[in-house]
Amino acid sequence: MRTLEQTTQEVLDLAAKHFQLPEGSLAPGDDFFKKLGIDSLQTLEMLSRLENHFGIELPDYEVQGVSDFKTLAERIQSRL
Amino acid sequence: MLDLSKYQSIGEALRDALIQYSNEVCLIEADREREKERLTYRDFNERAHALSKALQDGGFAIGARASIIMTNQSKWLISAYAIFFAGGVLVPLDYKLTPDEHWQLLKHSNATVLITEYPIWRQLSTSAGRTAAANVQTVLVTEAPPKADLAGAQRWEEFRGAGEPVFIARKRQDTACIVYSSGTGGRPKGCMMTHENYLEQCVALTSIYPFWPGVRYLSILPTNHAIDFMVGFFGPFTCGATVVHLRTLRPEYVREAFPKYKITYVSLVPLVLKNLQKGLQARFDALPPGKRKVFDALVRINKAFTKSRPRLGLSRRLLKQVHEAFGGELRAIIVGGAFTEPQTLQFFYDLGIPVANGYGLTEAGTAVTVNDLKPFRADTVGKPLPGMEVRIVNPAADGVGEVSVRSKTVMAGYLNEPELTAETIVDGWLMTGDLGRFDETGHLQLAGRKKNMIVTEEGKNIYPEDIETVFESLPVKEFCVFAANYIWPKRSMTGEKLVLALHLEAEQQYSEELRRDINARNNRLLNYKRVHGVVLLDEDFPRTASLKIKRNILAERLAKLDSAAAILPL
Repeated sequence: MRTLEQTTQEVLDLAAKHFQLPEGSLAPGDDFFKKLGIDSLQTLEMLSRLENHFGIELPDYEVQGVSDFKTLAERIQSRL
Repeated sequence: MLDLSKYQSIGEALRDALIQYSNEVCLIEADREREKERLTYRDFNERAHALSKALQDGGFAIGARASIIMTNQSKWLISAYAIFFAGGVLVPLDYKLTPDEHWQLLKHSNATVLITEYPIWRQLSTSAGRTAAANVQTVLVTEAPPKADLAGAQRWEEFRGAGEPVFIARKRQDTACIVYSSGTGGRPKGCMMTHENYLEQCVALTSIYPFWPGVRYLSILPTNHAIDFMVGFFGPFTCGATVVHLRTLRPEYVREAFPKYKITYVSLVPLVLKNLQKGLQARFDALPPGKRKVFDALVRINKAFTKSRPRLGLSRRLLKQVHEAFGGELRAIIVGGAFTEPQTLQFFYDLGIPVANGYGLTEAGTAVTVNDLKPFRADTVGKPLPGMEVRIVNPAADGVGEVSVRSKTVMAGYLNEPELTAETIVDGWLMTGDLGRFDETGHLQLAGRKKNMIVTEEGKNIYPEDIETVFESLPVKEFCVFAANYIWPKRSMTGEKLVLALHLEAEQQYSEELRRDINARNNRLLNYKRVHGVVLLDEDFPRTASLKIKRNILAERLAKLDSAAAILPL
């Protein structure tokens, strides 16, 4: 079982890879809309990648209003 | 389709439709690749009646208000009909608002019943705003886990009355819905929409984009939005058509839904349409040169044959693969909520997929103009719908002036705001605050906005007043949020931004620390509500006797600055 820190790190790594950013350039507290310059649709695409990676289903309502990696990782962790 | 001229209310029309089309499928609900439910009009009727009876048993009476805060799903529509059947007024709220915003609007609307989903209720029930909305007496929650703490709510699924409810008649002039077009800040704008507004809008819209049994509408735009309420509920239901709901809006599942459910119509916001365009373009660009040449030639042929009107059969044969990806039955994509760029509209039309773009606002009962495709014009928002009178007030030399509308679809007014209503509806004409002109063929072309607001590509209306609370106690002398285009008008409907006007204290500098403070506050707002930059003004803001900022005069002063240099990015 992953720890929250591990999950957070994997979320950051995956997001960086998906949006072609250098490794380590994202931090848990970052606002992904701002940092990645993405809109809500691109966020949904990122979520699908994360679901595949973690092998979970994240209903849309779970991520409603979430805009930072840390909270996103917490939501994922609660479903692992 | 029912002859809606014979009906007095939404509830009465739906009541007859549910009987007339009882064997047709009205709703399909899917979650990812799994189909969860398929209901006939008869099933729908039975479920709604049980809910309506329970509401009536609980004292819900004529004119009582009930709010729905839900994502798009069958229980949304069942609940709405149960409310109408019992003579109630529906208050549909955007599920994407924050819990405090929800409670604020629940209080403002004076709703006594709230129907919501468990995950939303989990947040609402623990929000501090709950204590303020004591008017909400009954809360019904859908899909709660078996042992969940309901925090005073009841399970929607178990809230069923025995026996038949009593149908409560309403008149055309009675309020059917209170729809919030904005106003989670100081001044909520609750549009009081009458039964007549909906009945007339439905007749006008279906005259151009008809529904019939067998038509399948994919409901993606939130149902609280006037467009989906009309074309994803009232319109198809009065014609015996089917509405398809998806519980997740991930692009891959939305794409799959088109061929799987043979979708006929879908409504999208411009952002999603543009995304669809990008995806298709990437696929076309990836074709090997030979195939690409053939494809381009087919598009050219299609363009030539559809110049004067759409020819769906021909387009489907010519561009088979494109149309099959959309299920092969798609007749039109309805786009709304915000301005759509002409090149996106043209892209789809050239593929033989007409995009029904138009112009509308909640206050006018959704659509005012719609492209009638005779012929398709990407550079306009179409002609006024039947029953709509549209005129341009105080036109400039180029014909551009404020768009105003008179029609049976125009709202009765803003709830509890007689002054604002009187400013907005003048001598029976709704002043839209949007700028436009008619071309020589009677098509409306939009040319910007004169009101202090922006609309995002996702169809969100943002009023500066609504987001100012986040900047309260900012260490500056005074501040005010504006739509940049309100200060520096431009003849464009895209790229709208908000700016924060600041008057610093004497000797105060616009420091890095202040910028960081603004940024931190800005980040508390949902991403589409954030301000884009700061404008500094070294003079006192003009104020009224009651010390409210005179926004129009302040905007005139700011307008003297050069916008390119004045807006400091955050």
